[in-house]
Amino acid sequence: MLKDITIGQYFPGDTPIHRMDPRTKILNVIFYIIALFSCGGIVGYVLVLAYLIAAVRISRIKLKTILKGVKPLIIIIIFTALLNMFYTPGNELVHFWRLTITDAGLKNAVLMVARIIMLITGTFLLTYTTSPITLTDGLELLLNPLKKLHAPVHELAMMMSIALRFIPTLIEETDKIMSAQKARGADFETGNLIQKAKALIPILVPLFVSAFRRADELATAMECRCYTGGEGRTRLNPLHWQRLDTIGLICGIVLLTGVIVLRQFGL
Amino acid sequence: MDHAIEVKDASFSYEQTEAEPVKVFEHLDLSIEQGHFVVILGHNGCGKSTLAKHFNAILLPSGGTLYVYGMDTKNDRDLIPIRRSVGMVFQNPDNQIVSNVVEEDVAFALENLGIPTEEIRERVDAALNAVGMLEFRRHAPHRLSGGQKQRVAIAGVLAMRPQCIVLDEPTAMLDPVGRKEVIEIIRELGEKFGVTVVLITHHMREAVNADRVIVMNGGEIIADDTPKRVFSQVELLRSVGLAVPETTELLYALNQEGWDLPLDALSVEDCAQAIYSAVCPA
Repeated sequence: MLKDITIGQYFPGDTPIHRMDPRTKILNVIFYIIALFSCGGIVGYVLVLAYLIAAVRISRIKLKTILKGVKPLIIIIIFTALLNMFYTPGNELVHFWRLTITDAGLKNAVLMVARIIMLITGTFLLTYTTSPITLTDGLELLLNPLKKLHAPVHELAMMMSIALRFIPTLIEETDKIMSAQKARGADFETGNLIQKAKALIPILVPLFVSAFRRADELATAMECRCYTGGEGRTRLNPLHWQRLDTIGLICGIVLLTGVIVLRQFGL
Repeated sequence: MDHAIEVKDASFSYEQTEAEPVKVFEHLDLSIEQGHFVVILGHNGCGKSTLAKHFNAILLPSGGTLYVYGMDTKNDRDLIPIRRSVGMVFQNPDNQIVSNVVEEDVAFALENLGIPTEEIRERVDAALNAVGMLEFRRHAPHRLSGGQKQRVAIAGVLAMRPQCIVLDEPTAMLDPVGRKEVIEIIRELGEKFGVTVVLITHHMREAVNADRVIVMNGGEIIADDTPKRVFSQVELLRSVGLAVPETTELLYALNQEGWDLPLDALSVEDCAQAIYSAVCPA
């Protein structure tokens, strides 16, 4: 059960999108999101969708994988669609009981669903094509200017990468604790929500204790390997800005300007 | 410099709130020579791990002094040079691997030390090669076996090119296969790289190939000699709850029955030979 949890799942590959610098990809996703939310009409959406489809094709990520990513959010999507459908004022199309579907509502619902799916797919494409460690590297470098304001940028990036490193370890540990508690008669499946939540306490307490112990040992091991913070660190795989990144960045900027210009014309 | 580590009249006790401090060891003297393979043996709670943590200034003695390659561990300015010269490998491989890519983890110490990228690459590959993990360099550590993880941890320390490596029960959490792999690597460290190896363990078998065995009990050193001479003292080892290697055990049992066998035949071959020559005198 717990093995299915994947946060920031990465699919290795060797496409231009995979090779791109994480900074380019992060900036591109930001541009993409801004563009998506500044769409003024159908033409704008089509442009953003075309951009997304092109990116997905280049990255060679299978459509099935992408749809799988959308699946857990299906309830939110349906909920948003229904709300938009019934609660937007406009010309009445169908009326039954106390619910009315209007033309504007239908249009809103469709666009909202498209927007959410495109938003999720776009951001997932980033994590699908970028390994967690390069992603944190990219974030650290992008946020570097904030160091001048004494923001703990390196520390945050380090915490993120350690968290990612320990996700599988802690999942394994949770599985072990669950089996141990089940072997002693603990029941996690039956009962109402409150009983189920209470049943989690005997899992969470040992998990926290062990996580703290691990953290302590890891800190010692890091000190043993001369860790003294971000000052003066070098990298095994430093990030390189290539021509590909310049091209990628230009594409992102062109998309954003395109959408904003179209918006001026109400498209 | 002859001594890698010199412990002079060192004491250590854990401070406790509202209770007497717990003394781990007192007035301990010990020196470890460069290039030796030293095994520190002892039962749980005998102070061997606490002592090991003093060897690279993770802990500081509450009394006395410790010199690591001539540097006083109390001196803050020498902290990085000390940790660079004495690498440390711990019991649980999961809790000492920092990164989720093998090669990035091995590079961690070098990145911290600000070594140029090309040299990091070269040293990481050399270290991974030395522990036979080069082909796994792009793997995720959590997909590796315990023995492989521990080998990655050793590579991470080896990449620093320390003069001395301290291993604190590196095999305690491993299965027999993993244990064998790791012990094999540890034995090679001294031979191939000329580093001083300090192995802390409670497995007698792992001490057989050492240059020197130190037995600790209750914070004191109760034996300090070659493996052969230490293991011959069967009664002493038993009195502190340590089991002697199976070969010594057998020879000792035979001697109890009236035979006169040498107790220092540690390898299976030597042991068989000793029994053979006793049974069929030429």
